[in-house]
Amino acid sequence: MSYDVSLVRKDFPILEREVRPGVPLVYLDSAATSQKPLRVLDAMRDYNERHNANVHRGIHTLAEEATALYEEARTKVASFVNAPDRREIVFTKNSSEALNLLAYVLPLGPGDEVVITEMEHHSNIVPWQLACARTGATLKWIGLTDDGRLDYADLDRVITDETKVVAFVHQSNLLGTINDVEAVTTRAHAVGAKVVLDGSQSVPHLPVDVAALGVDALAFTGHKMCGPTGIGVLWARLELLEELPPFLGGGEMIDIVTMEGSTWAPPPHKYEAGTPPIAQAVGLGAAVDYLNELGMPAIHEHEAALTSYLLDGLVAVPGLRVIGPRTTESRGGAVSFVIDGIHPHDVGQLLDESGVAVRVGHHCARPACLRYGIPATSRASLHLYSDTNDVDALIAGLDKVRSFFG
Amino acid sequence: MTTPAARSAPNPQLETLYQDIILDHYRNPHHRGLREPFEAEVHHLNPTCGDEITLRVHVDDGIVADVSYDGQGCSISQASASVMTDLVIGKAVPEALELHDEFLTLMQSKGELEPDEEVLEDAIAFAGVSKYPARIKCALLAWMAWKDATAQAVHSEAADNDGGGS
Repeated sequence: MSYDVSLVRKDFPILEREVRPGVPLVYLDSAATSQKPLRVLDAMRDYNERHNANVHRGIHTLAEEATALYEEARTKVASFVNAPDRREIVFTKNSSEALNLLAYVLPLGPGDEVVITEMEHHSNIVPWQLACARTGATLKWIGLTDDGRLDYADLDRVITDETKVVAFVHQSNLLGTINDVEAVTTRAHAVGAKVVLDGSQSVPHLPVDVAALGVDALAFTGHKMCGPTGIGVLWARLELLEELPPFLGGGEMIDIVTMEGSTWAPPPHKYEAGTPPIAQAVGLGAAVDYLNELGMPAIHEHEAALTSYLLDGLVAVPGLRVIGPRTTESRGGAVSFVIDGIHPHDVGQLLDESGVAVRVGHHCARPACLRYGIPATSRASLHLYSDTNDVDALIAGLDKVRSFFG
Repeated sequence: MTTPAARSAPNPQLETLYQDIILDHYRNPHHRGLREPFEAEVHHLNPTCGDEITLRVHVDDGIVADVSYDGQGCSISQASASVMTDLVIGKAVPEALELHDEFLTLMQSKGELEPDEEVLEDAIAFAGVSKYPARIKCALLAWMAWKDATAQAVHSEAADNDGGGS
C-alpha cells in the first residue's frame, strides 16, 4: 500500500507529545476535533506574518493579497466537494452556523413539515426545532433500527407531500453509521422537499461529491478535516443562495445601503456578513491541499481497514457492547461502546491515565442515546493519522479499566 | 501503594481521585432507592455527560428525616450521592445545609484544602476530585439535587397546614 501512516504521523507534531512524563498521547478523539498538520499551522502563520489585511475592502497590496488568499481557499473547498460553482461555497463559523443559517432562511410555515432523523447531532436538531417554533411548521423524524441504521422502511410514511425540508447526517458522530443519501434524497425530491446534508463527519473521511450526491445543501466544518477551528462551510445550490433571504446583516453582504433600506450582494458574500475568518479560511485551504495530496480514497481505505481492526479489538473485550453497526459495511471510524457496570466517565478517566484520549458522554446526540437506552457512551474515533498502535493502546487500556473496576 | 487499586493503577494521581471509600460506596450504595414519604422530588442531570439522579427529601419537624434517590452515572456521582445521604439524614436542615456549603467549598478548592474529617466524614474522600475540573460536577450532582429538593420540601412544610399540591 502506498499509504504510509508512519510518514503521515510525522506531519502532526502533537502526536509526539506525552500527556504525562512517560505516557505518550494516544489520540482517539478525532470525531470531536482532528489534529492539524504542520502545513496548516504554517499557512496560517505565513498569512498572519506576511499578508494580513481585511478582505474585499482595500486596494492596497496586503488587502489584495489577503483577498486573493481567502478567495483561493474558497476555490479549493469548492473543488474538494466537486461544487459546480465556487460561488456556492459560503464560509461560516462551523457546521452549526451553516445549519442554523439554512433553518433560518428556508421558507416554512404552518402545515409544512421538516424531517430529520433520530441519529442527528444536536446541531441538526435544535435549529429545526427553533425554525418550527418560529414558523408553525411541524418537526418529524425517521427512527433507527436496533443495529444503528436509519429505518428506511419508514421513509415513505415520514416524508410526505407536506415535507419541505429533509435534513440528515451523512455519517453519524455517535454510531459511525454512513447513511444512504440516495435513498433519502430520492424520496425527499419526489415530494418536492429540499435536502440538507450534515457532512461534518463524512467530508473529513471519505470522498464527498455534492454533484453526485444530488442534495441541495451540505454543511461541514474545518476543524474535523485537519483545518483550524472557527471556520465551517455551507455549500448550497446557487439558485437557492440567490433566491433565499439573507441570514445575518452587516458589512460585506450588501450591495447598496441607504438609510431607508438595502440590497444584497450576490452569493456567497450575501451570507458572509462582517469580517470573515480569513486566516482560518487560509488554513482550511491548506488542509484541503493536504487531504488531496494523501487522496481521499486512500484515506478512506486506510480508515476502513483500521475501523475493522478497532471493531475486532473491541468486540473481544468481555462485557463490551458496540453501539452502532458492528461491521465496516457503511460505517466510519467513530465507534461508540459501553461496558457492563462501568460508566463511560470512569472509562474515559482511566483511559486518560494510559494516555488514551476518547470522548465520553452523549456526544451531542442525546436522542440517539435514549433510543438505545443508554445515558452515555465512550467513543473512540479514528482519522487519517491513526494507526494500529493507537487501537492496541486502547484495548490494553480497557483491560486496565476492567481490572480496576472488576 | 498497598491499596488493592494500586496494583492496576500505577499513577498515584489516579488514586487521589478513585479512593477506596468512593469505590466502596459506588459498589454498595447507601440509602439507594426511592421511598415514601417525601415532600419534594427533583430530577437533576449533568447535561455534558448524562449522569442523572432522581432524589426525594422527607423533612419532618425541621429534620432531614430521609433522602432517597435513584439514578445512573459514574462512580464519582453515585458514590457522592451515597456519602451525602449518610451525612445529611438525621441532621437539622440548617446543619445539613452547612455540610452542603462545606462540601461545595472542598470541591472548589482545586486540591488545596485539607478537609475536616470530623465534619465531612467519608466525603473527605472526594478531596482529590477537586483537582479534576471535568469531574467536580459529578461529585456535586446529588448535593445540588438535595439542596433543590430540600428548599422545596421546607417551602411546602412552611405552607403545609392544608397539604401539598400535586
